[in-house]
Amino acid sequence: MEKKYFKSLEELTIDFQAENSNRPVGDKQSLLEMQKEVKSSDASRRDFLKLFGFTVASAAIVSSCQQPVRKAIPFLIQPENIIPGIANYYASSFFDGIDYCSILVKVRDGRPIKIEGNKLSSVTSGGTNARTQASVLGLYDNARYRNPKSSGSDTSWEDVDNHIASKLSSIKSKGGKVVVVSPTIISPSTQAAINEFLTAYPGSTHIQYDTLSSSAILKANEKTFGKAFIPSYQFDKAELIVSINADFLGTWLSPIEYSKQFMKNRRLTEGQRKMSRLISFEGGVSLTGSNADKRIQIRPSEEKLVIANLYNELKKLAGQTGFDVAAASVDVKELATELWSKKGNSLVVSGNDDTDAQLMVNGINQLLENYGSSIITDVHLNIRKGIDDQMDALVVEMNAGKVDGIILYDVNPAYDYPQKDQFINGLKKVGLSISTSGLADESAILATYICPDNHYLESWNDSEIKTGFYSLTQPAIRPIFTTRQAQVSLLKWAGKNVDFRQYVQNYWDSILFAKSTGYLTATAFWNEKLHDGIFESGEKVNLPQAFVYTAVDQALSNVKSSTKTDSIELSLYVNTSVGTGKHANNPWLQELPDPVSKVTWDNYLAVSPALAEQLGLEDEQLVKVNNLITIPVVLQPGQEKNTVSIALGYGRENAGIPANGVGQNAFVLMNLSGGEKRYWLNDISIEKVAGEFKIARTQTHHSMEGRAIIRETTLEEYLTDPSSGNEAHKEILPHLTSLYEQRKVDGLNWAMSIDLNACTGCNACVVACSAENNVPVVGKDQVLMRRDMHWIRIDRYYSGDVNNPEFLRQPVMCQHCDNAPCENVCPVAATTHSNEGLNQMAYNRCIGTRYCNNNCPYKVRRFNYFDFTGADTFQGNKKDEVEMTTDLRRLVLNPDVTIRAKGVIEKCSMCVQRIQEKKLVAKSEERQLFDGEIMPACGQACPTEAIVFGNLNDEHSKVAINFVNERTYHLLEELHTLPSVGYLTKVKNTIG
Amino acid sequence: MYVSPIREPLIKGNKDYSQVTKDILAPMAGKPGKYWYIGIALAGTAALFGGWATFVTLFTGIGSWGTNKTVGWAWDITNFVWWVGIGHAGTFISAILLLFRQKWRTSINRSAEAMTLIAVMCAGFFPLIHMGRLFLGFFIFPYPNTRALWVNFNSPLLWDVFAISTYFAVSLIFWYVGLIPDIGTVRDKATTKIRKAIYGFLSFGWTGSATHWARHETVSLILAGLAAPLVLSVHTIVSFDFATSVIPGWHTTIFPPYFVSGAVFSGFAMVLTLLIITRKALNLEQYITINHIESMNKIIILTGSIVGIAYMTEFFIAWYSGNEYEMFTFTNRAFGPYAWAYWIMMTCNVITPQLFWFKKIRTNVLITFIISIFVNIGMWFERFVIVVSSLHRDYLPSSWAMYSPTIVEVGLYVGTLGLFFTLFLLFIRAFPVIAIAEVKSVLKSSGENNNHTEHE
Repeated sequence: MEKKYFKSLEELTIDFQAENSNRPVGDKQSLLEMQKEVKSSDASRRDFLKLFGFTVASAAIVSSCQQPVRKAIPFLIQPENIIPGIANYYASSFFDGIDYCSILVKVRDGRPIKIEGNKLSSVTSGGTNARTQASVLGLYDNARYRNPKSSGSDTSWEDVDNHIASKLSSIKSKGGKVVVVSPTIISPSTQAAINEFLTAYPGSTHIQYDTLSSSAILKANEKTFGKAFIPSYQFDKAELIVSINADFLGTWLSPIEYSKQFMKNRRLTEGQRKMSRLISFEGGVSLTGSNADKRIQIRPSEEKLVIANLYNELKKLAGQTGFDVAAASVDVKELATELWSKKGNSLVVSGNDDTDAQLMVNGINQLLENYGSSIITDVHLNIRKGIDDQMDALVVEMNAGKVDGIILYDVNPAYDYPQKDQFINGLKKVGLSISTSGLADESAILATYICPDNHYLESWNDSEIKTGFYSLTQPAIRPIFTTRQAQVSLLKWAGKNVDFRQYVQNYWDSILFAKSTGYLTATAFWNEKLHDGIFESGEKVNLPQAFVYTAVDQALSNVKSSTKTDSIELSLYVNTSVGTGKHANNPWLQELPDPVSKVTWDNYLAVSPALAEQLGLEDEQLVKVNNLITIPVVLQPGQEKNTVSIALGYGRENAGIPANGVGQNAFVLMNLSGGEKRYWLNDISIEKVAGEFKIARTQTHHSMEGRAIIRETTLEEYLTDPSSGNEAHKEILPHLTSLYEQRKVDGLNWAMSIDLNACTGCNACVVACSAENNVPVVGKDQVLMRRDMHWIRIDRYYSGDVNNPEFLRQPVMCQHCDNAPCENVCPVAATTHSNEGLNQMAYNRCIGTRYCNNNCPYKVRRFNYFDFTGADTFQGNKKDEVEMTTDLRRLVLNPDVTIRAKGVIEKCSMCVQRIQEKKLVAKSEERQLFDGEIMPACGQACPTEAIVFGNLNDEHSKVAINFVNERTYHLLEELHTLPSVGYLTKVKNTIG
Repeated sequence: MYVSPIREPLIKGNKDYSQVTKDILAPMAGKPGKYWYIGIALAGTAALFGGWATFVTLFTGIGSWGTNKTVGWAWDITNFVWWVGIGHAGTFISAILLLFRQKWRTSINRSAEAMTLIAVMCAGFFPLIHMGRLFLGFFIFPYPNTRALWVNFNSPLLWDVFAISTYFAVSLIFWYVGLIPDIGTVRDKATTKIRKAIYGFLSFGWTGSATHWARHETVSLILAGLAAPLVLSVHTIVSFDFATSVIPGWHTTIFPPYFVSGAVFSGFAMVLTLLIITRKALNLEQYITINHIESMNKIIILTGSIVGIAYMTEFFIAWYSGNEYEMFTFTNRAFGPYAWAYWIMMTCNVITPQLFWFKKIRTNVLITFIISIFVNIGMWFERFVIVVSSLHRDYLPSSWAMYSPTIVEVGLYVGTLGLFFTLFLLFIRAFPVIAIAEVKSVLKSSGENNNHTEHE
């Protein structure tokens, strides 16, 4: 028994029981009672201190296990015009040796995060393509060189410069030869820098080596016009376009420009009631062929014969004496008549790699009087100026030990030269080899010195894409690594220390300022052009001679009858994603589905179903082609029966993750015949190899199953009844009734209209969406499991005969239904309707039941099966096979869009962050929003302006006007989901 | 009460009350037999497999499953609906058959109810584990919070939460209330102090006084009244998960009755599977007689036929509606890439149970056992067909996809089977598998001794 303590006498004497019974509750007595309880407990002060100590200690331990602190350092001095959280746009130009695009670079807090088209350029007019959009990710490529390297080990610029300078001077003193190998240079300043280098080292030469060459066009024009050039094509000036294997909407010459021109003449909105007609001859299925009004299958070897026949027929129509030309497998008489009737309003283009064929194409266009209307000869396209045999000669010289030094500037012949082994052997015999590649590649690792170039977003440069169409490239970020512009390197080795910005400006001040009008000073000119990004001087080139037929007729008489056997021909092509392989290390492009086959992450042998049956091949069967490469088969409807195709640009060996080992290198199959690269081979062998190879496709069912998903009509029917093809819409409308009152959206009511007639399926929107919305890249395994995450996808369906189908495409993103099936099934209301008609996702609220995904009839909702972006702190659920979550790669993330954690659903938001941004601008300027001011990333990227976005409640808005167009319908409108996205029917021009 | 002499007795053998108590308590006494150990080892291993699968799912994410952008639900919800269905028999037997005064239920209701509870636990596991972010699962409850976030009462998934939890709670109470008199018996027969203490506590001070009995009867009746509509409502609400959606094959008004009868069908099959083993293993053939098995087989034939008619009605309506999507979905079910699943379902659910029209078959324990397993398989495939074959090819052919499960999903399913049998094996050791008090209540009227002495 403890001692009893008392504070007062009362305490000692009170009888609690008795007191308690007649006391009201809550008075002093009950407090005493409580005191007593406390006293009687066993807890002592010592216990209290023990527990207290334990609690404090565990709290201290737990709280010390904190996340590492990441410091954000504020500006000491605020740079002008840079406000944290507000994006700046800088005009620049993208050119990678293949594609050109005038662009705006979106920079947020010092980081370039998005590429947009520059509307001021009259070449690309605000359009982009997939590679341009994806190029921003190249800035953050994990495979970039961090600093210069000498014989494989890191070194400093000073060191590497000293070594190179001493080696160069010793070559110079013995009168040796240094060769600069570059792709086509379209930059006057870069060309000047190279020239200065060449002057400093007499005996050295510059070779332009194009992976995709247009040698044949250059040579043909030299024979007909006396100058090797590529003319400026005007697809909008032609009512009838015949393309003989020229994929001008996808990869041929200047596809962004051509897509824009082409669609200008085919859009049936805003009162236009006529459209051009496209006839395409090809063996494989290209983007252009699949968009053609009429697609004719021919083997690559027959192209020349078809061209010859067409030329011959036109000659007859022109009243000239025709030649006796062997008949081609397709009769072109009708086509010749059709073309003849559109004289001066037509265009015939060919991607054929044979000079004779291109000569006859020139002859055709001359007979059709297209020069001057649809083909401009005094404005030249400056890309693909490389002449193939120069490179061949160089390789021979290298092997003969006649080359003392080689500078590989932005080229990778050890990967993409057809006889790459000869090049590699030759390179070993070259005393001084320098690569300026900024990215690890097959050639750079063979070079003694690697002097990494800046990414183009870190560089100054200029370009003259077409005669008189100049543009500037300006850095949007300081070089991330210890890299230096290749031009600066060349000038340095030539003994000049220059600031390349100054160098470019000097050129503009001295040469281009003189061509401008309306500027008082060169500085004013420079400043404005730097702001605009472009300068169009309007200058022209004079050709030395008028059209000469001699060579053309010579070519025609040379045409031999086709060696028509049943041999199988192989067509090598580049696709719209990784292209020539230069961008193979870009995960966005690798995961971009092919516009025709919907295959990602691989190249493959495209085989027609008929040939597959004949050879006993099956989809995903491995085959050996010409005993050189082993590649899986993909059955491709529409492929010419005896033509198989393989995409170039895959099978990189030294590009980093993810490119390494993706697909097969098809350059090794390529032939060099008569000094020209041949993009097709005759008589190839296909040998079955045991085994299967899984191909990751984002779409595996290719028929619409008779459902009115893509509604189409022909121009003829459209002209008599604009709502033709869209009968279902009228039928369904009266049935769309509900017991409930229709929800009204006041004020802003966002809607989107997509013109299926304008969409080519080029995929620019898909990459733009990924860049804008931080859409994760999931990798091949996950695509195989059908878990691709794209917020916008382009559905492609075949219709008709399996061996000669029609191709239909439809971009599908969240339809933002006003009566959304996803909204009512979410148990936690994580997806709701905004008062502006948008269907919105609250990622934080989502618990991941996937019910919304199941109940979405459009299947546009995407579930984060893993953590693909590094959004979680928990590492166990991270899935990053393509190294997209490195610190470097993550710099590309758009800070305006949340990255999604594992286990939540995501989907298209109609770029709500862009909507909010522009609303704030309008609000601060105290005005209404303009129509077209807000454009989601997909619409912004679209080269054909197929996507229109705006406020449906504004009856003058483009989208509201489109919505009352007879061609408009909604996808699965019979379900009464009331989508905010409308589609305009596809119209094919069959009048011919 | 008068019982017709031609009726077969419900309890065989000349039993008196004390013999009944002895027989039924026998399995609880002493050390468990060899087969019990083998059984619990197998079931426990399966449960551990499930534990591993649960860990993988939680650690790496739902990505460890085979679901994709088109087929968002697959084995998870299939298993959920299957288990909920199985969880229908117990309450149906004890509540609805009680209201219909079916005396034969007394021998089977206890174990059927226990099975119900375990099945509902297994079922409840799947909606939890299928969430992408389980740790935020509490969002599903309408609790007051400072951000004024509220749940979506329009969502059938939310209705599920309430339906399943109510069903589980009421079933648990009903089962426990029924157990109290028996626990009293177990307490009285207990030999060790610990047993006495535990069962004493669990019996809530049951003395068997007339007041206790009167209150017990009243509570039982009230609970039976409460539970009976729940039997119908739970699966109706589960069917709403599908019926209220827009997906062809899901969007069907026939679902509530079709699901409920399917649930009773599968529940009875599972009861049969379990009891046929139990009566043999625990020597309870005199309590769970061929009569019982035959009665259950009759219910199986009834509900199985309802299910069969529902399948045909679906097809008819798909054609009659003229809805191209619906027509396609049903053609695809029967002839598409998952046709094998559909025909397994048709064979096991519609064709084999029809064999029970023959008395010889319906009173044959072995064939009944085999057919009951067939029904279990068939009903699992019914849910698989509904969930997967409807989703994998819905409106836009561009999104059509195939689904195949991963080892993790198999693990989760096998794991719940393991859990189910583990808990059932523990149950037969812990509580009397037959309601002693209730059997005693019919012993006088329907026991063999009673019938024979009076009428011979």
